[in-house]
Amino acid sequence: MSKGMTVKEPFLRIVKRDGVKRSTRLLTIAISIFAALIVDALFIFLVTGLNPFSVYGVMFQGTFGNRMRFSWAIRDIAGLLLVGIALAPVFKMKFWNIGAEGQILMGGLATALVMVYVGDKVPTVVLFLVMLVTSILAGALWAFLPAFFKAHWKTNETLFTLMMNYVATSIVACAVTILRGQASSLGKLNMKTKIGWFPAIFGERYTINILVVLVFTFAMYFYLKYTKQGYEISVVGESENTARYAGINVKKVIIRTVTLSGAICGLCGFLLVCGRDQTISVSTAGGRGFTAIIVAWLAKFNTFTMVLISFLLIFLEMGAGEISSAFGLNDYVADIISGVILFFILGSEFFANYKLIFRGKKAKEVQE
Amino acid sequence: MSVFVSWILRAVAFGTIIMYGAMGETVTEKSGNLNLGVPGIMYLGGFAGFASAYFYEKNATNPSGIVCILLALVCCILASMAGGLIFSFLTITLRANQNVTGLALTTFGMGVANFFGVYILNGASYTAAPLANKAFSAKIPVLSEKLGPVGEMLFGYGFLAYAAIALAIALHIVLNKTKVGLNLRAVGENPATADAAGINVTKYKYLATCIGAGISGIGGLYYVLDYNQGIWATTGQIEALGWLALALVIFTTWRPLNGIWGAYLFGILYWLYQFLPSMLGLKVPNYVTDLIQMIPYVVTIIVLIAVSLRKKRESQPPASLGLAYFREER
Repeated sequence: MSKGMTVKEPFLRIVKRDGVKRSTRLLTIAISIFAALIVDALFIFLVTGLNPFSVYGVMFQGTFGNRMRFSWAIRDIAGLLLVGIALAPVFKMKFWNIGAEGQILMGGLATALVMVYVGDKVPTVVLFLVMLVTSILAGALWAFLPAFFKAHWKTNETLFTLMMNYVATSIVACAVTILRGQASSLGKLNMKTKIGWFPAIFGERYTINILVVLVFTFAMYFYLKYTKQGYEISVVGESENTARYAGINVKKVIIRTVTLSGAICGLCGFLLVCGRDQTISVSTAGGRGFTAIIVAWLAKFNTFTMVLISFLLIFLEMGAGEISSAFGLNDYVADIISGVILFFILGSEFFANYKLIFRGKKAKEVQE
Repeated sequence: MSVFVSWILRAVAFGTIIMYGAMGETVTEKSGNLNLGVPGIMYLGGFAGFASAYFYEKNATNPSGIVCILLALVCCILASMAGGLIFSFLTITLRANQNVTGLALTTFGMGVANFFGVYILNGASYTAAPLANKAFSAKIPVLSEKLGPVGEMLFGYGFLAYAAIALAIALHIVLNKTKVGLNLRAVGENPATADAAGINVTKYKYLATCIGAGISGIGGLYYVLDYNQGIWATTGQIEALGWLALALVIFTTWRPLNGIWGAYLFGILYWLYQFLPSMLGLKVPNYVTDLIQMIPYVVTIIVLIAVSLRKKRESQPPASLGLAYFREER
């Protein structure tokens, strides 16, 4: 009787865990970062012959070296985090918006144009309101177009949004060429009058940016977790068919969510121009639109986890700048280090989500 | 006329870069893997090819062009495939999200290429591999010189430009006329069905992604050693080309044969801003030039929309594109 039953058991089976706790996720992320740092240390040692521990030590100085650097780190974390917050709802909905870069640029451009052409004609309060509204509209429009076509005709949004980045880039390039006129570079806008710049609070103009991002961190967490719209987003993300069956207007949810996301990206452009750069260029968005995807995804759209991930990435970026000047390496070491860390974190999700069962364990399970 | 000829020469060379990128990505996407790491892979391939050619030229006492070509190609393909292997392991075995992994691979590839590139540059703003450039960009003798402008436009390119066309035809045949191609497409459309039919889904996905990465990487190699005159410099140019290659995949509706004319069309549109005004004898202000540069991207968007509006079944992306396959999960 037992003859027919002897099917060879596979050496390794993979079983999905149900309900992964947030603490488990954070623990796997921590372990994978640690493992990645070991791999990076080996890489640094083998390629450059430097002592990896002293390299990491110097890296630490990049963010915590002095008050100024720490302040810059907070500024950059805020910049990256806001884009991550903007992207969280769309990615939760499984809408692959890789066009944040363009949406930020359009928001920044709208702000810059208003600042230059309307700046001296209206009172300051009105000017800031106009800049705020136009930047939000510009960002929202840039996101609305792909969302509209995706909702109605399933046009591939990944490539649509990607292409919109380049369209935005060339519009900004065109505007910069006009704005600078005969000058070789644009420089800061309204340099003499400082009209349209954020006032300095605690000595820095970007204090306002940080405060706004702080508010959004809480607001987006609340929006996704406790509102009806947030619930609709997660249902559409899990399964469009389920959403339709439950009577959710999928098209409306897609267009609304993506436009909202674009609006926040546009706001981010406004903050970057008024609070950080006081100018506009094709690199105003500076890759944040792409990095923020990684932030939002790894944090599984929890805005507070996103703070940690943004911190990690900015820490690496600033540390790499420090390494490059201290050891004569170049900035690109940051891309390698963060690339390896990302690979490890991405790979580690597997171990959080699945359980490996080796041969021989099965018998016990069956008896249970 | 001479402006037109140089426009075409530039456009075809440009098209060849993204044709390789797009062909590789087509193979990858046919298996259901959406690899957004193409720019990173093209960096890896371009740099590995350049570095091997550069060191060979520098250290060999009597360097020969053929060895240089073989060495550069082998190193390029190996490095690119290594990039594809990282992507495959993470997304296929560990089921990580493909889009995010691809973006991370782009960062990583760009970082690796430019990090090591700085060592070769050694303080200079660019370095050249003249012998490799000569070998890779050698035009077809006689035909490119004797037949006037037409001959120049048809035969005035390095061998990789012709290899790209041959490869496109070969891929078309493999994908559409062979059992391997049928299996591959089945894996990309519906891996569960393919699995039930006895096709080794994991093997097909791994092979398609790695081979695809190898092909994409040649685009980077062609850019550095032919199009860019054998010069390595730290720029973001390859990244932009990689994204354009991804756009071309959509533009061709996943058909390698469309890639041939599609790539050249992209090249013509990309260089339009420089050659068309001078052909017509117009003096275009700078800001208009900036605007004209968006044309290839706008055209891609229009094609994207048109394809989705028409809803022709043959023009759609592989049905399971971007999704990980897990047998136990139905």
